[in-house]
Amino acid sequence: MLFNIAIKNLVGAGIRTWLNVFVTSVSIFMIIFSSGMYTGMKQHAMNVSIDTEIAGGAFWHPNYDPYDPITFEDSHSITPSILTELVESNKALEVLVSQASIYPDGRVVPVIMKGITLEQEILNIPTKEILKYEGDNIPILIGRGMSKYTKLNIGDTFIIRWMDDNRTYDAGLGEIVFIMDSDNFKIDFGHIWLPIEKMQKMLSMENESTYVVFDDNINPHSAGDWIKRDVKYLIRDMETIIEQDRPNAIMIYIILLSLAAMGIFNAQTLSIFRRKKEIGTLMALGMHKRKVVLLFTIEGAMNAIFAIILTVLLFGPLLYYFSIYGVPLPIDYSDMGLIIAKRLIPIYSMPLLVATALIVFLILLLVSYLPSRKISKMHPVDAIRGKTT
Amino acid sequence: MIVKIKNLTKKFYIGGSFFTALDNISLEIKNGEFLGLVGASGSGKTTLLNIIGGLDSPTSGEISVLNQFMNTTSHTERALIRRKNMGFIFQSYNLLPVYSVYENVELPLILNNIDKKSRRQKVLEAIDAVGLSDKINSRPNQLSGGQCQRTAIARAIVHKPALVLADEPTANLDSENSHLIMEIMKKLNTNYNTSFIFATHDEKIMGYLKRMIHIEDGKIFKDEKIKL
Repeated sequence: MLFNIAIKNLVGAGIRTWLNVFVTSVSIFMIIFSSGMYTGMKQHAMNVSIDTEIAGGAFWHPNYDPYDPITFEDSHSITPSILTELVESNKALEVLVSQASIYPDGRVVPVIMKGITLEQEILNIPTKEILKYEGDNIPILIGRGMSKYTKLNIGDTFIIRWMDDNRTYDAGLGEIVFIMDSDNFKIDFGHIWLPIEKMQKMLSMENESTYVVFDDNINPHSAGDWIKRDVKYLIRDMETIIEQDRPNAIMIYIILLSLAAMGIFNAQTLSIFRRKKEIGTLMALGMHKRKVVLLFTIEGAMNAIFAIILTVLLFGPLLYYFSIYGVPLPIDYSDMGLIIAKRLIPIYSMPLLVATALIVFLILLLVSYLPSRKISKMHPVDAIRGKTT
Repeated sequence: MIVKIKNLTKKFYIGGSFFTALDNISLEIKNGEFLGLVGASGSGKTTLLNIIGGLDSPTSGEISVLNQFMNTTSHTERALIRRKNMGFIFQSYNLLPVYSVYENVELPLILNNIDKKSRRQKVLEAIDAVGLSDKINSRPNQLSGGQCQRTAIARAIVHKPALVLADEPTANLDSENSHLIMEIMKKLNTNYNTSFIFATHDEKIMGYLKRMIHIEDGKIFKDEKIKL
């Protein structure tokens, strides 16, 4: 009986019902979309790191510490033969790391110089572009961010100064042969990339490297005294950042939910208090207080169900479209040292979808229950008159 | 006896002191009466009507309605009595704005769990009795005041209650509609032997009443039986 009356009330209220449902639906969409964007941003950062830096893992020279450039001059040696074999069979790539300085337009810019196996297809770095260079200068690949910072463009030449294995400073003329677009600022800012063979010659470090990155299809166990760093180890910093950021994510979710809840609460409470006279009339006609409260709670529940259905029908395609094609971001965040895609793809996890739908459902139940219970506790005579207390 | 009241007093706590709305009232109303509680605003007639309807409780005294001793009945039991045996007509109609005439009239039957087929028959009969068959699908905002009150009457009598309580049913209506409404209720009283109790100070409807109980300052000062 109550269900039928609730349906009748909702359908009968026409535009008022659908406006409420639409507002709730927009709230659900905004919560899912915003949280999805946030999750997508974090996932993207992880994916980009794996795509451009980590692949299947790496073997590091025992002295190598990527966060301490001072160690670079001591963190190189002949690449272990087992790893060389992998490089020759295109299952791994070598990287030689050293500090250097470049002098674009007379300015001095300290950089990390990295020699890399040019034929590699393991990392998403367009190293093969360097192979096209036929000049006599040192061919250099840089990122778009570095290009902007140093004002270097393709064809520009500049002095590179480095310290070789004999601790002697040397210099040569570098030439920009390609500028790559990468979402990973860690391979862009402050980095110059060049052929590993060229760098080995420059530094008098024949056949030496600092680390070897291997393909994610293989899993070599050991390589002499070089230390194996698996994906889990290499993304641990990222995971720590994400884990530390979890309270922020939860806070953002709560803020969005609270904003939505306030909107829903406002609309629903106003709607129910406007129906005070109706509640009094129902009681005069013999409906028990408990049933009046139940009726309005059922209406709230159905409102939520309609809103969830409307979200699926109206915003579902939009959410799906964004999850496939992403959302273009107006600003290049790489300048701020953030790995954020220029076209961000939101990720909607099942717990996010279920939790949002469930929480909005519960909020609507609560904001329907509380005001109707308050009104039902009023003196029926006052309620019938629509009297405010 | 449909209503039996003995030494009933009702006091309201207003502004730090008690206001006596009904003062030691005793009254008996028989089945099938067409009775008016007559008095000026604030005399206590609506309070008495609400107590008879179980919407309010007396401060002291005894009241039995439809053989139920209302002093000891719970809210649930009073709701049941209203649902089964009473109809209400309000001054401002109190129709549900999102319902059509049909749906408004159908509501008491839904609350009484009457099956759909019987409901339809009873609703159409009640709407016909108040002459609104052509407005069956209209909503209250599409009706005149008189039509709204006729809908309220249909809603009050659709489940064939023993007692209909009407609080100033003609106060918002013009003369023509007031007479029309009273004619309808008089006819229902005659046809179904439904008891009607009005709370009113409208001179226009006094001529229809078979009994007038004059209330002043919460006391009955005259109980007048009228021969029509």
